[in-house]
Amino acid sequence: MSAAVTAHESEAAETHEQRALGFWLYLMGDAVIFALLFATYVTMVNNTDGGPGGKQLFDLRNASLETALLLVSSTTFGFASLCSRTGNRGAVLFWLLVTFVLGAGFVFLELREFAGMIKIGAGPDRSGFLSAFFTLVGTHGLHVSVGLTWILIMCGQVMMKGLSVPVTSRLFRLGLFWHFLDIAWVGIFSIVYLPGLL
Amino acid sequence: MFGRLTLEALPLYSAIAAGGALVTVGGALVVAIAITWLGAWRYLWTDWLTSVDHKRIGVMYIVLALIMLLRGFVDAIMMRAQQAMALNSGGYLPPEHFDQIFSSHGTIMIFFMAMPFMTGLINIIVPLQIGTRDVAFPFLNSLSLWLTAAGAGLVMLSLVIGKFSTAGWTGYPPYSGVEANPGVGVDYWIWAILISGVGSTLSGINFVVTILKRRAPGMTLMRMTPFTWTALCASVLMAFAFPALTVACGLLALDRTFGMHFFTNAHGGNMMNYPNLFWIWGHPEVYILILPAFGVFSEVVSTFSRKRLFGYESLVYATASIAVLSFTVWLHHFFTMGSSANVNAFFGITTMIIAVPTGVKVFNWLLTMYRGRIDFHPSMMWSIGFMITFVIGGMTGVLLAIPPADFLMHNTTFLVAHFHNMIIPGVLFGYLAGYMYWFPKAFGFELNRGWGLASFWCWLIGFYLAFMPLYILGFKGMPRRMEQYNDPSWQPYLMVAAFGAFVVLLGIGAMVMQLYVSIRDRRKTADITGDPFEGRTLEWATSSPSPAYNFAVLPEVRDREPFLEMKERGVAYRRPAAYENIHMPKNSMVGVAMGAFAFALGFAMIWHIWWLVAACGLAMWIAMIARSSDDDSEFIVTAAEVKQTEDARYRALATKTGATRTGSRK
Repeated sequence: MSAAVTAHESEAAETHEQRALGFWLYLMGDAVIFALLFATYVTMVNNTDGGPGGKQLFDLRNASLETALLLVSSTTFGFASLCSRTGNRGAVLFWLLVTFVLGAGFVFLELREFAGMIKIGAGPDRSGFLSAFFTLVGTHGLHVSVGLTWILIMCGQVMMKGLSVPVTSRLFRLGLFWHFLDIAWVGIFSIVYLPGLL
Repeated sequence: MFGRLTLEALPLYSAIAAGGALVTVGGALVVAIAITWLGAWRYLWTDWLTSVDHKRIGVMYIVLALIMLLRGFVDAIMMRAQQAMALNSGGYLPPEHFDQIFSSHGTIMIFFMAMPFMTGLINIIVPLQIGTRDVAFPFLNSLSLWLTAAGAGLVMLSLVIGKFSTAGWTGYPPYSGVEANPGVGVDYWIWAILISGVGSTLSGINFVVTILKRRAPGMTLMRMTPFTWTALCASVLMAFAFPALTVACGLLALDRTFGMHFFTNAHGGNMMNYPNLFWIWGHPEVYILILPAFGVFSEVVSTFSRKRLFGYESLVYATASIAVLSFTVWLHHFFTMGSSANVNAFFGITTMIIAVPTGVKVFNWLLTMYRGRIDFHPSMMWSIGFMITFVIGGMTGVLLAIPPADFLMHNTTFLVAHFHNMIIPGVLFGYLAGYMYWFPKAFGFELNRGWGLASFWCWLIGFYLAFMPLYILGFKGMPRRMEQYNDPSWQPYLMVAAFGAFVVLLGIGAMVMQLYVSIRDRRKTADITGDPFEGRTLEWATSSPSPAYNFAVLPEVRDREPFLEMKERGVAYRRPAAYENIHMPKNSMVGVAMGAFAFALGFAMIWHIWWLVAACGLAMWIAMIARSSDDDSEFIVTAAEVKQTEDARYRALATKTGATRTGSRK
């Protein structure tokens, strides 16, 4: 009996390990997408076609606030991961919801920034520069939004299924995803917003 | 309600286009009627379409590839016929239609013939060769298949509703931009590629994890078969190169659909970014296709020379270095774009360097054959034909790698001849060698040798007739993709090329005959031992076709040629003491459903039917969530069931050895 249980456990561990590696590979592919969008942005940053450039459009306060929200949300997700190891279901749910609120705040700020730019005629169809800006930053924002729905789904799973082996395994991969988005954002902040304003 | 879609989308602009649409619709109807008549829908649905068994998924990939090979070949022969006729006249195809044909020919042959053929072979064979019961992510595997099929479906649909792209298989802007090309053609191309490209990325991830994490006990990396090694390198490339294609096509779609300015002429667009992004995927893609074919040749040459592969380690290192170098040569596809001489020189040199490991491999195969007892099985003939032909193509490639020479040959039929000279022997011959080699493993009976040889000779001779004249025409300055011309000295060469295409047609006919004759004689050529060719590697250790769980007991590997080693030790067919319960993945209809939604999503994006885009996107999202929350995706094959299956196999083996014994007594 106990041998069968260990066999089952080692199989579950193997499954988790394979899924983790698969997810790392996916993230690295995603990193290629971001790398190429960054490269495209850098080659097009001066192609403003007589329209507004970064200096006129970017607001360092907004970008800093976004950065703060996202970085803190990464920390709070870390707390959720830690609590999932000790099996504290309530605490996991709490930290996941905090992460969700912070992430939602980030998306709200980004959408407000986009809407403000489109309103003054600086939408993605205005110039090559703006196409590249909206696509790069928007792709990141889309990822964050996907992450937000994923957080909600995981909240539901934690509530209904508890911290079972597959659920914690999924939480682990969601964590990889969420921290990866942080890294991508640090790139956006330092390649898009800072040079655009300096 | 229907966006841009109106009745005018029907292809009534030319009789030939309308005929193509009728053949497509008629063909689909005939297949549907035949399945209904055979009462096979339920069987097809439960045993095949929803299957997550890697062997069945592999077979479906190859069926898709062979169907698309026919379609792509029809395109080819139509082009050759047009160019043979079109001296000082319009031939029989209007320019608009001719341009669609060369665009769909390239798109289909790369994305929907070569890619599924390769993925299919890897699917069927790699898990068997590494001694595992399934891939790491069986459901993802099914999803990849159906996304590829959805893309292929969109290309086929463009024959019936609307038009296909006229921008060539590479779709360079600004010609593929919305100003020059406002119709739906380029959108069909974009969405077919985007959807199938996601499938390829997922396949790549799946096989990297499968090969790295699921090998049988004792199988170290340096004991993997050459085919598994090439599959690993190709999978790494798929996982990391396909995202670049997604970006290139995605940005083009944003330009076309939402009026952005990535590649436009005006408003700060930079069209030169496109070829860079496209070929950052495109050159690794060449190796994604060619490396697994090299793997097949390595297996085939070793098996049919009855020798261990010569220089296994050098072959592995050559494969890995090609995989790395493949990311450093992309600019040689557009030397003429206007980069500085230094940039061109850099990429010219890297291109010449990548020819070195490729050359190493040719020596590996030659020296494996040297002093071997060669069996001229059709697979071996494809391999020999490949070696000779491929070396010629390689030399023209090194010629093109010299930027000043490339300036002269760029955009001529010399280039067309060069890459067909690489891809037909280097990719297609390899896959056909694999198809004829592993067919008994997948279906339990051998393919007819005579028709296989006939097919090989027709393909080989047809290839030389069709493409050697194009080298000469390239020297004479004939540009590629010409619908008509007025230089009478070109026509004789084009007629020879067209004749060559018809010889290839005979080769395809011989393949069809081979399949028919082999199925007819399947009882005579049944493969009872599971090892028809004195195989050396693990795929031959199981029955043909293998049971769903592949290995009743996972094999223990002690050598680079594990099955040969087991045979020599006398344990190859030894019965295990006991069987255990086996966990296997359950079938799932989510893969097919996601493929169908992706198809509808692509269609809706092409025709700007926004409500359908939203509906399909939502449906895919829900299906994905439902599937990812499912913790109960496996079932158990009990030890008793395994024993029953294995007992049947051992009984068959006993009658077979009994029969040969009586035979020898006579």
